[in-house]
Amino acid sequence: MGELLSNTVRLVVGGCLLSAVLGVGCAWVVERTDVPYRNLWHVLGAAPLAIPAFVNSYGWSSLGGGVDGYDGALLVVTLSYFPLVYLPTAAALRGLDPGLEEVSRSLGFGPLSTFVRVVLPQLGPAMIGGSLLVGLHLLSEFGALQMLRFPTFTTAIYDQYNSSFNSAGANVIAAVLVLFCLVLLMADLQLRSRRRLARVGSGARRRATPITLGKRRLPVVAGLIALATASLGVPLYSLAHWMVVGSSTAFPLADIASAALTSTTLGLAASAIAVALAVPVAWLAVRHRSPASTTLERSTYVANALPGIVVALALVTVSIRYVPGIYQTYTLLLAAYATMFLPRAMVSVRAAIEQAPPVFEDLAHGLGLGPAATIRRVTLPIIAPGVGAGCALVFLAVTTELTATLLLSPIGTTTLATQFWSNSSSVAYGAAAPYAVLMVLISLPATYLLSRRPELEEMT
Amino acid sequence: MTGLVMSGVTKSFGDRRVLDDVDLDIAAGSVVAVLGPSGGGKTTLLRIIAGFLDADSGSIDLAGTRLVDNGRGMASQHRRIGYVPQEGALFPHLDVEANIIFGIRGRARRSFDVDDLLKLVDLDPSLKNRQPHELSGGQQQRVAVARALAPGPAVVLLDEPFSSLDAGLRAETGAAVLGAIRGIGATALLVTHDQDEALSLTDRVAVLRDGRVVQYSTPVDLYRAPVDAATAAFVGRVVVLPAVVEGDLAITAIGRLAVASAGPQGAVRVLVRPEQLSLVPGGGDGTARVLGVTYYGHDALVHLMLEADGHTIDARILGADLPARGDVVGLTVRGPVTVLTSREPAR
Repeated sequence: MGELLSNTVRLVVGGCLLSAVLGVGCAWVVERTDVPYRNLWHVLGAAPLAIPAFVNSYGWSSLGGGVDGYDGALLVVTLSYFPLVYLPTAAALRGLDPGLEEVSRSLGFGPLSTFVRVVLPQLGPAMIGGSLLVGLHLLSEFGALQMLRFPTFTTAIYDQYNSSFNSAGANVIAAVLVLFCLVLLMADLQLRSRRRLARVGSGARRRATPITLGKRRLPVVAGLIALATASLGVPLYSLAHWMVVGSSTAFPLADIASAALTSTTLGLAASAIAVALAVPVAWLAVRHRSPASTTLERSTYVANALPGIVVALALVTVSIRYVPGIYQTYTLLLAAYATMFLPRAMVSVRAAIEQAPPVFEDLAHGLGLGPAATIRRVTLPIIAPGVGAGCALVFLAVTTELTATLLLSPIGTTTLATQFWSNSSSVAYGAAAPYAVLMVLISLPATYLLSRRPELEEMT
Repeated sequence: MTGLVMSGVTKSFGDRRVLDDVDLDIAAGSVVAVLGPSGGGKTTLLRIIAGFLDADSGSIDLAGTRLVDNGRGMASQHRRIGYVPQEGALFPHLDVEANIIFGIRGRARRSFDVDDLLKLVDLDPSLKNRQPHELSGGQQQRVAVARALAPGPAVVLLDEPFSSLDAGLRAETGAAVLGAIRGIGATALLVTHDQDEALSLTDRVAVLRDGRVVQYSTPVDLYRAPVDAATAAFVGRVVVLPAVVEGDLAITAIGRLAVASAGPQGAVRVLVRPEQLSLVPGGGDGTARVLGVTYYGHDALVHLMLEADGHTIDARILGADLPARGDVVGLTVRGPVTVLTSREPAR
């Protein structure tokens, strides 16, 4: 327990700090300097989100070179999760009135002290919020850490459960893990409710004059290339390598197709359920604000902080004790997905309903439309994009979900993630590669969406 | 002591020339407005002075120090220029006091008299521990000016600082801010597209149009003797009449009018401001029929058609004594008229 505790804490603290440094550094370079190809760097800064962390760890460890233990784990999880800091920080920088920086310059401060005294305090919420999100991800990370042989609470829960079916022991560790998650969640809530760093006035809508890098341009670009190589180049090269030359590369098309079909079906079903649950709750929370509806809405977000393994374990315990009939059925698996990914559907549906101000509905009534016609002709078309985005994000999360799927899926069911996992854990790297490639391809659209609308990042 | 001197400042964005050989000499301790329509290059000029933007060519000197030489210049943090952007841009993470002493360094921070500066911009010193979002727009703008003045800059640049305030607040804030700047004898450059603001608040006005300074004079000269019809129309409502000038008299449909300064002879157009016209029932030097009246309360615009040649003109009269539509009134002109040199039509 002592080693697990120290490993978990070291990983979360180290991962959060490194992600914050990388994320803020990249955001500042891309948004505030005259670095060439800034649009390219922006896409590359978001792109690591398209590669699940356990695929990234496979990329690094399958090439040999002894990437494992604390250093290896820290490297891989930072490269996988720093975009969670980069995206909101870049968005905050874009929204920051350049007038603030200009005033500081005119009052005698150079670019560096202006960054420390003026820009950094404004970035606080985005930066710390992003780092806490990284922390939550690290607490629930299972695949990457298991592969890199770095035991934490989450991998220990899995081992306890899997090796000995020691549900009691697993539950104890899970309780400790939940405690950690709640600490991070509280810190995040505390941060949000603190003094609002509201923009004062609307300021000028223009891009800040970029800072000339001059001689520093070469090292800065070299650093960005190194980061992109490590976070994207290595895993992609590794996938390509194993696809082409892997000795274990058999290409069992039927198996791959069946896993893809299972993943797709589960993804579609789970996203339909999550959105069907999210729409009424979000509707109540926005249109009929009351303590009850707000509590209902907020309670769904707590699930966002719960690691998949904890949700899965809880459902196993409850189902065995009370409804043994659904243990190891799709029903239970879909219930786990709905619990875990409801917040993703919620955030985008809620944002869409908020952007459809009631005035449109009033207008429709004024023009003679009844309630049903108003919903069909006015409300639904307005919230459709948000509902679509929610569906897409849940779908993508399900297709790359590993932990809960491993614990809960009916015997004999394989998904892209579980088949990749069983191949790569038996060192059949070549056989694992096609499944990883499919998962990366499926994740691309969501990553693109996220790089356009960083406010959705809360749900990743 | 010399103030701010610009010479030959030129700047293009792509093939659009935004500033074209701008020369401007601002005496130390004076308050100057750069007035012009949107897109006329005002803000670009100000950003070049502040050092946020390089010029293509030209030089700028401030109090004997060369800031910009052949377009390029020293970094903005070394220029000793106070800058008040649109909407103030107070640092949202700092309270009023911390905003004001932001530019003061070292030990001077502790002994700096924030209360005094707040009083100077006509704010209550009790506001100093407020957060920016707890202030009204006008208060934020005054704090932004105090922050710019605190380190004792050689010149203060104000970029349309009052444009986001509503009309009543704008005049009041403008007066308080310019009063503070005059109170400590600072040099100031105010960029604005609002002619009332430029005329009422400053010592001299530079009119910037299509990247060129077309006129640089006192508010009174600018209003009374604009260089061309477009400038005339930009700073106020105009009446343009065809005239024949003989010596220092212009012969028009409303009589023989004194010409402000000796100029071209023969057939020209002359500029009369609507408030120079008086309605004289049953008298005057010309007669006109009243087409309509736009009533503003304190005054009114009377729309008239001259009986002599059918020209339509406007007269501004006090709101107490209004003619009725269809009345025939006599007209006289008070004060001299200005001969327009440009051939372009006045709006």
